[in-house]
Amino acid sequence: MNGFLRDLIDDPVEAVRARPQLVLVPAVFVAGVALWEWAVRQWSVPAFIAPPPSAVWRSLVGGLRTGLYVEHFLVTLWEALAGFGIAAVSGIVLGALVAQSRLVERTVYPYLVALQTLPKIAIAPLIIVWAGFGLSSKVIIAALVAFFPVLVNVIVGLKTVEPAKIELMRSLRANRWQTFRLVTFPNALPFVFAGLDIAVVFSVLGAIVGEFVGAQQGLGNLILQFNVSLDIAGVFAVMILLAVLGIALHLVMQVIQRRVIFWAQPDEIIGL
Amino acid sequence: MSGAPLISVSNLEKTYLTRGRALVHALGGISLDVAAGELITIVGQSGCGKTTLMKILAGLIPRSSGAVSLRGRPVDGPSRDIGIVFQDPVLLPWRTVLANVLLPAEVLRLEGRAARARALALIELVALQGFEDKYPHELSGGMRQRVSIARALVHDPSLLLMDEPFGALDAMTREFMNVELLRIWRESGKTIVFITHSIPEAVFLADRVVVMSARPGRIQEIVRVDLPRPRDLDVMASDDFGIYARKIRHLFDAKAWLD
Repeated sequence: MNGFLRDLIDDPVEAVRARPQLVLVPAVFVAGVALWEWAVRQWSVPAFIAPPPSAVWRSLVGGLRTGLYVEHFLVTLWEALAGFGIAAVSGIVLGALVAQSRLVERTVYPYLVALQTLPKIAIAPLIIVWAGFGLSSKVIIAALVAFFPVLVNVIVGLKTVEPAKIELMRSLRANRWQTFRLVTFPNALPFVFAGLDIAVVFSVLGAIVGEFVGAQQGLGNLILQFNVSLDIAGVFAVMILLAVLGIALHLVMQVIQRRVIFWAQPDEIIGL
Repeated sequence: MSGAPLISVSNLEKTYLTRGRALVHALGGISLDVAAGELITIVGQSGCGKTTLMKILAGLIPRSSGAVSLRGRPVDGPSRDIGIVFQDPVLLPWRTVLANVLLPAEVLRLEGRAARARALALIELVALQGFEDKYPHELSGGMRQRVSIARALVHDPSLLLMDEPFGALDAMTREFMNVELLRIWRESGKTIVFITHSIPEAVFLADRVVVMSARPGRIQEIVRVDLPRPRDLDVMASDDFGIYARKIRHLFDAKAWLD
């Protein structure tokens, strides 16, 4: 990004030509919003079907100013992060155990596959019954949803070590822990981060689903409230906040990833 | 070179079962002595068992029968006294050059400061000074292989086993690396067993060339190379060099290569 801004000052035409998406993406957004605003006014679309962007904006600004959105945003953020943390740690630990021991793998794997195919969302009402309306039930659901991407990726990552690297460690008479610490685990990190990247977005999903099923706070809860009172502009405003939350968490993950697995840089997908 | 040989191989046999339950007789009755400080090369076509022989010497795979000893002691597993250079450098991409060279010292729990000093000296020996903090992806193939050689020496083994280490390099880099290897050998005084496909490379480097035949792998002949040292690439144009190369080439018939 900084490079682009510097180039923009030096030679705007060339800068835009080299990375057109940095101009096109905002441009499409602005054009889309303008078109939407015009269409709603032109055809007098009722507010509960498609509120004009101006109304969404007012709702967004208003809610942020009063602190209402901020309060609920922080609740959802906390639920997602706590769920993600639990999923990440347990996914890595269990994944390491499964990958290291044939016995554990054969014993545990069928159960894991069964749990993986079960839609965790279907368990959400049960979790609410068990853990109540408070934040902890949402954290549990978020953790459940985020767990499997981490686990599966950790297992795959730990199992795909080049045989040559293992043979190198064997020639040095390394014990299992040394081989794991020095070779197998660092080698698995790109896979682990791929899993964590997916998991962080899933944890937001899990938190929202939990809030839909039964909650007193949070952005999901807010969406339900606005739905009931047909404040669709508010619903849209909250959805914008959710998108911001998801994108922000993903970007943080990317930054951490770029620093930790500096040797295996994935191709830029968003191009930022 | 006096005294007991560093490596002693006596009637070594190796057979194994393939996945299809076929019995493969990889090595048949190999006997060989390598003196300390020698540089011997092993040449043979693909499938003659030279890599199998090297892995048995390295203690990475077990022998079927016969005796293999290093410094008078039988080889029954990987040894700290051996350094191995594979065809693929196998560097850890998340470690710097220095950290890669130090890997054996870490695994073998050697003393920190001494190991580090040795690693830095070895990096200089393989002419990579200044690159200690670079990562493998910033190096060329030849440079990575040199890191691999430095790594193989950091724990001060008496024996260096090299399995076609320059096979993946282009021809000119390969010739350069051969000259470099002779220099490293001269300056470090190690014993080297070097496996290659290339007859010129085998003759250029060796005190003796072990010529292997295939199926099962056997030593056909051991050719002593009496070219004077130190050798540079010009020796490859000499008549004597050509005579050695031709002699070895004739030990392989065309049919054997095409099998």
